[in-house]
Amino acid sequence: MSFIYLSMILMLAIFLGFELIRKVPATLHTPLMSGANAVSGITLIGALAYAGNDNVLLAQILGTASVFLATINVVGGYMVTDRMLAMFKSK
Amino acid sequence: MENTELLINAVYVLSAALFIFGLKLLGHPSTARRGNLLSSLGMLVAIVVTMLDQQIISYEFIIVAILAGSAVGAFIAKKVALTEMPEMVSLLNGVGGLASLFVALAMILAGSAIDTHLFVIVLVAIAIGGITFSGSVIAWAKLSGKIPKLVSSGSTVFKGQAIVNAFIVLAIVTFGTLSVFYPSLEVYVYAFVALCIVLGVMLVLPIGGADMPVVISLLNSYSGLAACAAGLAINNNLLIVAGALVGASGIILTSIMCKAMNRSLTNVLFSGFQSVTTSNIKIEGEVKPMAADDAYYVLEAAQSVVVIPGYGMAVAQAQHAMKELQVLLEENGAEVVYGIHPVAGRMPGHMNVLLAEADVSYELLLEMDEVNPRMEGFDVAIVIGANDVVNPAARDMEGSPIYGMPVINADLAKNVFILKRGMASGFAGVENPLFFKDNARMIFGDAKDTLNSIIRQFSE
Repeated sequence: MSFIYLSMILMLAIFLGFELIRKVPATLHTPLMSGANAVSGITLIGALAYAGNDNVLLAQILGTASVFLATINVVGGYMVTDRMLAMFKSK
Repeated sequence: MENTELLINAVYVLSAALFIFGLKLLGHPSTARRGNLLSSLGMLVAIVVTMLDQQIISYEFIIVAILAGSAVGAFIAKKVALTEMPEMVSLLNGVGGLASLFVALAMILAGSAIDTHLFVIVLVAIAIGGITFSGSVIAWAKLSGKIPKLVSSGSTVFKGQAIVNAFIVLAIVTFGTLSVFYPSLEVYVYAFVALCIVLGVMLVLPIGGADMPVVISLLNSYSGLAACAAGLAINNNLLIVAGALVGASGIILTSIMCKAMNRSLTNVLFSGFQSVTTSNIKIEGEVKPMAADDAYYVLEAAQSVVVIPGYGMAVAQAQHAMKELQVLLEENGAEVVYGIHPVAGRMPGHMNVLLAEADVSYELLLEMDEVNPRMEGFDVAIVIGANDVVNPAARDMEGSPIYGMPVINADLAKNVFILKRGMASGFAGVENPLFFKDNARMIFGDAKDTLNSIIRQFSE
């Protein structure tokens, strides 16, 4: 049942995503992509449970590596997007 | 449900709302920055609240990893030149894919993939993560030209590639099935991981330079889908929502890029750009070169000017000189706009970011469909480092490899100046009849130098 429930969320999120992103103008497509990089770093919150639990050492190492990588995405993605968006000025 | 778990999930709802609202604000350049800020706030609260998770018993590893990751991320974000955004996005796509792969693998090793259908979902997460990772690394190598010996920027095709790929897929399915039936034998999982990484390399190698905007968009989408699959595996709503938003974004951009090149996704992915140069259509006329000084006299009299940039502008770093010329033309009473083709540059929106960096107002950056209907009204069209996206053969030369691709009709302006290094053809390797038209003038040389010498004429 849980899988069906999650699939429902997945479906709704995909439709919502399509509607929202269709409205992003072409001029912002590069910041959209770097922003998407940042959001995909959400994997971080999934990795925390493994990085903070020493039951299985190898799993903890992988979890820690994942936290490290996902943080690069989150911090790097948001910062570079902000740097670009700050340059978009009106007359 | 336990209290902390309830709190965590309640905050996840707030985070999802912030992500969605952030994306909504990205709908206009004037609100986009605030949108990005809201989205990052959503991420921050999600990370902080997740720390309360009961499964986390020690924080040393986490703190070190987050500090190190933040330092690396901040360093790249500050240092990267905006011309190199395609490389950076590619690299981050790959990093995201690898992070999802590691989470999924950790789940198997920790023994949390308890039943068969959960195990299958975890394997799917590993597969998408692995393909995204290695595919992105190859895309990055192609874009940066760092390892030209190993990875050519064009398409790398060899005999029997399709058969080799089919074998790899078959092996992936076999090892996947084996690891589902014998979950205690981790060697099957490792073989599965390795093969997925190999498949990612094989899928991106045959794709050529001109198709990079499509590939980056697609890998961007995959990195979201990898997070999504990891979310399904570890039963986390927020991972699913955020991953799906990223996945949808990448898919939309992929389809925009494909449409702008008049090609289907299958065509981009499975055939290197065919070298069809054997068209028997003769191009009439001759190429007429012009000196930069003569261009000045035409520009000085012009009332309206459209600038059509391509990747060559980025290479020559000519955007700042162009902005200077724009100001001079405007002071001279002319209207200046920029016409931007969706696949100009090497990633979606690449030209816009470079021009924004040069302080060009975003209101002057027009899309192809806005600029084409009024093309006849422009006195001068300046083409800087663009080729295929202004090729009229796409419109009226049946049999040309790019026939049918929507292009900016620069040839319909009263005068066309083409700033170009030499007569080399574009990415697609197609002759451009625009250069032979009566109203076209070639100004050979480095685009930045050319623009600067026109600017000097203006100030004299």
